[in-house]
Amino acid sequence: MPPNLATIIYLVAAVLFMLSLGGLSRQETAKRGTICGIVGMLLALATSILSDEVGLYGIVALSMVPAALIGGFLAMRVQMTGMPQLVALLHSFVGAAAVLVGFASYLDSGQLEGAALLVHHIEVYLGVGIGAITFTGSIIACLKLHGTMSGKPLLIPGRHFLNLLVLLVTIGLGIWMVATHDQTTGVVLLLIATGLTGLLGVHMVMAIGGADMPVVVSMLNSYSGWAAAAAGFMLGNDLLIITGALVGSSGAILSLIMCRGMNRSLANVVLGGFGTDGSAPTGEGPQGEVISIEPEASAELMQQASSVVIVPGYGMAVAQAQHTLAQVTKLLRDSGVEVRFAIHPVAGRLPGHMNVLLAEAGIPYDIVLEMDEINDDLPDTDVVLVIGANDIVNPSAENDPASPIAGMPVLQVWKSGTVIVMKRSMGTGYAGVGNPLFFNDNTRMLFGDAGASVESMLASLRKE
Amino acid sequence: MNIGIPREVQADEHRVAVVPSTLERLRKAGFDILVESGAGARAEAKDGKYVEMGATIVPDARSLFEGSDVLLKINPPTEGEIALLRPGQTLISFINPADDGNRVQAIAQTGASVLAMDQVPRISRAQKLDALSALANIAGYRAVIEAAHHFGRFFAGQMTAAGKVPPARILVIGGGVAGLAAITAARGLGAIVRAFDTRLAVKEQVESLGAEFLVLDFEESGEGDGGYAKVMSDAFLEAERKLFAEQAIDVDIIVTTANIPGREAPKLITSGMVESMREGSVIVDLAAERGGNCSLTQPGEVVVHHGVTIIGWTDLPGRMPELSSRLYGNALAAMIEELGGADDWNIDLDNEVIRGSLVAHGGEVTWPPPAPSEPTQEKNYAKDFGERPQAEKTETAEATTEAAKSSPVGLVLSLIAAAALTICIGLWAPADFTMHFTVFVLACFVGWQLVWNVTPALHTPLMSITNAVSGIIILGGLLHLSVDSTTAAVVLGALAVFFATINIAGGFLVTRRMLAMFRK
Repeated sequence: MPPNLATIIYLVAAVLFMLSLGGLSRQETAKRGTICGIVGMLLALATSILSDEVGLYGIVALSMVPAALIGGFLAMRVQMTGMPQLVALLHSFVGAAAVLVGFASYLDSGQLEGAALLVHHIEVYLGVGIGAITFTGSIIACLKLHGTMSGKPLLIPGRHFLNLLVLLVTIGLGIWMVATHDQTTGVVLLLIATGLTGLLGVHMVMAIGGADMPVVVSMLNSYSGWAAAAAGFMLGNDLLIITGALVGSSGAILSLIMCRGMNRSLANVVLGGFGTDGSAPTGEGPQGEVISIEPEASAELMQQASSVVIVPGYGMAVAQAQHTLAQVTKLLRDSGVEVRFAIHPVAGRLPGHMNVLLAEAGIPYDIVLEMDEINDDLPDTDVVLVIGANDIVNPSAENDPASPIAGMPVLQVWKSGTVIVMKRSMGTGYAGVGNPLFFNDNTRMLFGDAGASVESMLASLRKE
Repeated sequence: MNIGIPREVQADEHRVAVVPSTLERLRKAGFDILVESGAGARAEAKDGKYVEMGATIVPDARSLFEGSDVLLKINPPTEGEIALLRPGQTLISFINPADDGNRVQAIAQTGASVLAMDQVPRISRAQKLDALSALANIAGYRAVIEAAHHFGRFFAGQMTAAGKVPPARILVIGGGVAGLAAITAARGLGAIVRAFDTRLAVKEQVESLGAEFLVLDFEESGEGDGGYAKVMSDAFLEAERKLFAEQAIDVDIIVTTANIPGREAPKLITSGMVESMREGSVIVDLAAERGGNCSLTQPGEVVVHHGVTIIGWTDLPGRMPELSSRLYGNALAAMIEELGGADDWNIDLDNEVIRGSLVAHGGEVTWPPPAPSEPTQEKNYAKDFGERPQAEKTETAEATTEAAKSSPVGLVLSLIAAAALTICIGLWAPADFTMHFTVFVLACFVGWQLVWNVTPALHTPLMSITNAVSGIIILGGLLHLSVDSTTAAVVLGALAVFFATINIAGGFLVTRRMLAMFRK
């Protein structure tokens, strides 16, 4: 295939990838977007395989066919609650591929010389470094999300100093590698750098608590994009650069949205575990008496209401209550109650995770609203059902400047008629912050396992 | 232990302290229940229903008082009932100790312990014992219903073929429990509602119910002890009167609920204001029992002055006897539980809820209770209801948005760094690199624009599709699978192709699977 034709087809693929991301702006166009992405990918693959550079077709088939089967198997088998782990795992593969491509590119750089060789070495070094951080960081994130590894942040004393030291040593090694003309020395230096940056990735994600995972996963998403872009630079391939830049900015935006959702800066999330730097809240938590309620009475309350808003949190995913909840929603809607769902940006362990779980349960997406869309409607809502969420409905974020979560945007559920909070016991949220909402006189606490409680609600609704 | 429920002796009292459905809660607390014959007859609770719920019917008040350890009533005991009390007995009822000191003295001399449901402290812990609020809620609702009954028009505006009917305008004075209930009821019927309260903190609640909050051009908050209103200064009252005079001309119905505990109700609506109202207008005075907020109110009666109907019923909750009795009974049951139930019965003087309600104990008058040791309680009450000064809230919000923004120093530094990088690339980078860099920066901006448009609901599919497209790194691997490559490069390349393919296949398939779930 003539090189010019290949370049033009790569351009078409790049445009298709952009259309693919653009399609996700609305649910109606999202499926078309995926098709664009797939077509773009197939075009790019075919062009690359048919180009003059690729010759070992046997090896191509040998490495692609089993991998496609593995990927397909993972995609078909994964539970929607397990999406965060899968996403993290896929990030790690991009990281691994970037490292491998970097090494291969270094070994194959024979025909370059002068400034071009220098720049190529820098590109290789950057690509391998970012790839290694993405690889190990994503593996740790995956293990943490899967529960194989404790979600607690690991805080080594002087860890910032340690990170800085590793970073400086890596830069030093990089200068040495760029300067050296001996390929063997270069490979050894590159290997050491891979190890060091890999450690950096492990350490960075280890220090981040389980509930900050949405930010970390988004950040790793961003890194995987930058790693791909770096590979594009070393190979001089614009399609890789464009795609890497698209993915990189997508991850950056998601991290930014997550951070805004918690009113924290990215540095704050990455550098420190939440409330673990000895800044644990010292004051007494809010005190008072809670009014409890039974599932049957809750069901009755919701059935008599004209509008109900359901606020799901990660607890709903843990209890696997979304399917039963969907049936409750259907019964309520059939009897004329307006039921809507309110999603906080950081609910769940992945950006948009709650939406996927609710969609899987068959809840129509047009009644699932974002925080900003529904906050103004809450004062006119009769009943709010909070299921497995705590900090995202905590009024002290708005009215207690001393609270560790002060300033975090929250769902103002307390302004509604009655709030039913489903909770296992009177524990605090992940931020260790007490919730004055529970003691309000329009709050009813529904204690017990969320799954079982929703089941009883459904049973009592069916009876009527 | 036995609980006794006497018949209320007042001829116009239709309520009963406890309805049959509440008995189960009392029995759970370990009590046997005695009910005077006919006690609930006027509140839809015949003797038979009490028997069904496990109570014993007693023929008259004398034998009931003799057989009971705890007596539950609504109205303060009459002389006849006081005579039946004996030491060691406990009476729980409305007492209104401030109204009649002699009666409290007489009760105390019997040696019985008396808990006044009207004296339950207004702290958040005691909300479920708050019978006054429960009844005020009913009174507020009923006030609007009575007004509607006497008012000759629709509440909601209507456009009929026969002509236009304007909506009724209602002014509710006082934003306490009764006032808020009145607002809710009036809004429910479709009226235009305005409300006034001396406590500015009520504004948010009033507005959340869909009423307009009238504000005086005057600085003074009327928040007094325990969330009740306090007496205001003369200048304030003058401004208030002016507001009411203006409103009287404009509105069709006025519901007044201004009560200050233990004092005569403030006179807010003068006869002049009544005369300025349109004929057919209605005033419902919820403060009638304490003399009325309107100077023309006759407690217990309905009078018509200048065509304006002034309703002075003092028994509005009693006009809905079953509901009033049920809610009052629930508060009583909460009090019984607070006292420990039959097994742990203890009139605990250190329990602030019990101490606050106790008016007589061991032959002594124990009212008023000593001042509470923690003056923070009142604040807590306000806080629990989210009644924080507006100014403080916005301040916090501003402080946090300020903190969220980056400092100008950081901005300048990053601008300098960006400029330095641009110059370095321009001076020393090979032409090839500059071209790729151009593509890279433009693609970053395109990506930034595209992704902000993605609906948050699809952020997870966005992540999985970016997973798939970042598998494009497969090209980097494929390029090394050439006949010219070294063996090492081929092995590395093949591995890269392997990993990237998992991403491409897995990413696209899982995205499609997810998107298929999103249904309208």
